[in-house]
Amino acid sequence: MPLITYREAIKQALDEEIQRDENVCIMGEEVAQYNGAYKVTEGLWEKHGDKRLIDTPISEAAFSGLAIGASMLGIRPVVEMMFMSFSYVAIDQLFNNASFCRYMSGGLMNVPIVVRGPANGGTSVGATHSHTPENMVANHPGLKVVCPSNAYDAKGLMKAAIRDNDPVFVMENTLLYGEKWEVPEEEYIVELGVANVLKEGTDLTIVSHGRCAMISLQAAKTLEEEHDISVEVVDLRSIRPLDEETILKSVRKTHRVMLVEENKPFCGVDAQISHMIQLKAFDDLDAPIHRVSAIDAPNFYSKELEDWQIPNEERIIECALKVAE
Amino acid sequence: MATTKKKSTSKTTSVAKKPAKSTNFATAPINKSLSKEEKIALYSTIVGIRRFEERSLRAYNQGKIGGFLHLYIGQEAVATGIVSLMEENDHIITAYRDHGHALAVGMSMNECMAEMYGKHTGCSKGKGGSMHFFAPDKNYWGGHGIVAGQTPLGAGLAFALKYKGLKGCALAFLGDGAVNQGSFMETLNLVSLWNIPVVFVIENNGYSMGTSLKRSSAEENLAHRADGFDMEWEVCNGHDVFEVREVANRAMTRAREEMKPFLLEIRTYRYRGHSVADANHEKYRTKEEIEEYKRTKDPVNVIKQQLIADGTLTDAEAKRIDQEKKDEAEASAKFADESPVAPRSEIQTDVYWEVDNDTEGKLKGTHFFND
Ligand SMILES: Cc1ncc(C[n+]2csc(CCOP(=O)(O)OP(=O)(O)O)c2C)c(N)n1
Ligand SMILES: [Mg+2]
Repeated sequence: MPLITYREAIKQALDEEIQRDENVCIMGEEVAQYNGAYKVTEGLWEKHGDKRLIDTPISEAAFSGLAIGASMLGIRPVVEMMFMSFSYVAIDQLFNNASFCRYMSGGLMNVPIVVRGPANGGTSVGATHSHTPENMVANHPGLKVVCPSNAYDAKGLMKAAIRDNDPVFVMENTLLYGEKWEVPEEEYIVELGVANVLKEGTDLTIVSHGRCAMISLQAAKTLEEEHDISVEVVDLRSIRPLDEETILKSVRKTHRVMLVEENKPFCGVDAQISHMIQLKAFDDLDAPIHRVSAIDAPNFYSKELEDWQIPNEERIIECALKVAE
Repeated sequence: MATTKKKSTSKTTSVAKKPAKSTNFATAPINKSLSKEEKIALYSTIVGIRRFEERSLRAYNQGKIGGFLHLYIGQEAVATGIVSLMEENDHIITAYRDHGHALAVGMSMNECMAEMYGKHTGCSKGKGGSMHFFAPDKNYWGGHGIVAGQTPLGAGLAFALKYKGLKGCALAFLGDGAVNQGSFMETLNLVSLWNIPVVFVIENNGYSMGTSLKRSSAEENLAHRADGFDMEWEVCNGHDVFEVREVANRAMTRAREEMKPFLLEIRTYRYRGHSVADANHEKYRTKEEIEEYKRTKDPVNVIKQQLIADGTLTDAEAKRIDQEKKDEAEASAKFADESPVAPRSEIQTDVYWEVDNDTEGKLKGTHFFND
């Protein structure tokens, strides 16, 4: 299987879907002629032209809303946010219109759009550019949200998101764009709502998503080698819909669980997961559930401190030793 | 003639501040071609909206309707005139003052009244209420509660037409207060930049809630904003349905034929408070102002007098239609009253298409989190 980058995997998904369905188009700032701020769409404009790759002015509210309106008539726009942080100026369009039009019309319409872009800290760009709003999206019934942790999932989830008839947010990560994974040449889809067990284990479960799942996997290996703790790592992949069964199955096996995410802890995704586990697997737990989240403050600019603020291997191991005790 | 601006490179072009008062728009070609039945239909729609809303006001005061009720009374000729020009591939979207547009596109009084009563038989099953009527089968895309939030959606409808190579236009209505929202200004730039066939219709009724136009907009000629985006505009009056049709027809034809956006400002007036809860609307405007408009420009009277004068209707026929509409409105209140509310199981339908349509996606993962 070829090794390709996370960036290349997303591009392949977009390229394939543009070719599969004439209603799929990509719009956003710098996506066409500039090849994308993070080069995710590199070469697609040259290949598919102005109709399918659309450069927009810096007007997130207008082009998000335009995409939503167009989707009501059957267009399937993929809207790139240069950073997911910038979706905040389009919140009315995304969190009122994309999520609620179907409901408020009693099901008379649907909004098949994809909103994609990087949502992560860890790159010294300061608090305004480092949001991880998957919890906010998931708090809006009507929206769906996925957080691919690797190239294989990024491609498969992107294709599923584009084909889905509801609005789907795909949260990418600038720190993963250049990382490589094996991705098959044959076409495949990764369905929404299906978690992935990245590594099996018997002593402790780590539930995570996005880049944190990869850091957790690394930490799990260290825990096994240096502390003789067998760790199972569950990568959620999809936040809403959520694969509760895979989480619960793992908890019932290991009886100890910790949750790792880059969200801020208050009402983060893991607050919901923790609640769900205590409700549905209370008797299976041998220890309290612990979380490793971003340290609860706006993201620090300085690299050393931000690297400590967002979950890292050291903090995960420290917490794991506590839970496994 | 209405005030108008054709594309001009000269910034010194003088424009009249107000639309002219006394042209006989009924003789303009777009109106002259109307059959007797079509003219009567215009009257019938205008009077129908009036009677429907009067009945809904009573229902609100009886406690049958919850939330907000924004009445369109006084503005009826605007939606009626413009909707009467819609062709197969034309689409329409508006804000929360949406009953007139809904009835004009042909939604029934029953489904609209029942929606306000919060009943399962309402157009949105009672999930939307007064501000959120929808009828995609009639190219009517709502009914939107956030000021100006519908304007980029309207651009999107028009974008889809252009993308698919269909000849049509989208009509996106907004108020004189909504023009000051960033999303609208962003959208004006976008549609002009991309040549999107959307017609924005500012229903300028002089007030946004209790704030007069003077107190909210630095430039009171709202249509002039189009100049900043190299976009064409016109201004006209909204009490005479024939004037509305004449001017809107130019805008819509241009959008369809030339794939160009257009900004239309229509001067109109609302008789009631911003919503029914706005009981003090005589504090920010005078009784005389309201009475003067009613006396000289009431859209129901204006069209009635025109149709009687040109022999389309007799006074008796006009009265009969009026009575029919009153009866229809009364019947819709009865229908709404007697309809059931949706069962509780409806709370979690219409959230996700994939779940409602029982696709495989529905089976994967949890979509709803109730405990
Ligand atoms: C974003 C937003 N801000 C405020 C409101 C509250 N609000 C509803 S209608 C309205 C006045 C709007 O006036 P205008 O655009 O002139 O429309 P009209 O009510 O006259 O039809 C306000 C302030 C809202 N619904 N949405
Ligand atoms: Mg107003």
